[in-house]
Amino acid sequence: MTELRYIDDVVTLELDSETCVGCGICQIVCPHRIFAIEGGKATITDKDLCIECGGCAINCPVNAISVESGVGCASAIIHGWLTGEEPSCDCKGSC
Amino acid sequence: MSNSIAPGLYAIGEPTADSPVLVSANYKMTFDFLRRDLRGHNVWVLALDTKGVNVWCAAGKGTFGTEELVKRIEATKLGQVVSHRKLILPQLGAPGIAAHQVKKSCGFSVSYGPVRSSDLPAFLGNDNHATEEMRQVTFNMLERLVLTPVELVSMWRQILWSILILFVLAGFGPGFFSLSALWSRGVAAVASGLTGVFVGAVLMPLLLPWLPGRSFALKGAILGALVALIGAMGFSEPLSWLNSIALMSGLPAIASWCAMNFTGSATFTSPSGVEKEMRQAIPGQAAALLVAGVCWFWAAF
Repeated sequence: MTELRYIDDVVTLELDSETCVGCGICQIVCPHRIFAIEGGKATITDKDLCIECGGCAINCPVNAISVESGVGCASAIIHGWLTGEEPSCDCKGSC
Repeated sequence: MSNSIAPGLYAIGEPTADSPVLVSANYKMTFDFLRRDLRGHNVWVLALDTKGVNVWCAAGKGTFGTEELVKRIEATKLGQVVSHRKLILPQLGAPGIAAHQVKKSCGFSVSYGPVRSSDLPAFLGNDNHATEEMRQVTFNMLERLVLTPVELVSMWRQILWSILILFVLAGFGPGFFSLSALWSRGVAAVASGLTGVFVGAVLMPLLLPWLPGRSFALKGAILGALVALIGAMGFSEPLSWLNSIALMSGLPAIASWCAMNFTGSATFTSPSGVEKEMRQAIPGQAAALLVAGVCWFWAAF
């Protein structure tokens, strides 16, 4: 399959190497395989592939990762703009 | 709700106290896939109360979450059912779960299984080890195709209203209101609009990797412009210039809007990116739609 890439230079993912203990959980959970463990520390290999799902950040035992995770759904974002609430999808089932 | 099952502990095959425990959502389709894919295996399935929503979406919302998992382990007395303290979670459940906190709260250690349930037999047979392929989310042609109805279904109300409004407006003209114009101009406008919806919501997702640009709105607009051009040339008698402008701006605008909405179904889009492309695209879509509406209405006079 052609590698699908989305818009560059927008992702909010940050990794604090100082804090990282190199446990590797971020590498396991990432659905787009953007982490590698080198020299006992995690590194981000291709930040623009990140979809900001937040799996790495919530599973990091030392809070070394931050990302503004959220719903990447246009109608949810419009709803958020209009109401000032966090975008959330109310789609049932297979959204 | 018919698309959910009761949350709780289920057995597939004849599991014992040593059998693996898989955690999942209480979305019926997810559970059916698990049962199908694990036929012949003996495992426990702990279905969390995700309100009948699939694992990935529920994890994003937090209903497939640490709190619910810990609560469900206690409610089902899982600690008395199995002798080990290990859970296998779907990898796409990770955004809702803090594995280290689950361990701290109830003593069960979390390991993440593959993305797709169809890889579970291989995962279980390989000493609970997932290959890189099993951990990678994909978005191939078939995966894109099955998601196209999601958008169409969610839009049907707006589509019906738009059709109604277009038909009414189509009747206005030099003689104030004409039923024959309502029919001829209405059919042309509705056909153009529905083509835009089809281009943005179905054709664009299918052709996604081969369309230029990164923004879905742009991909939809380009494809819409191409289809509008072919359509304009396909008319037996040449379109008036007003109607040509209406078609060439209206169809791409609708296609662009529908394509932009497909970002929610795509597996490689970030919320930050979606917000960025929406800020850029919506003013253009609105302007193009306005131009199309004015030109089309004006063309009747």
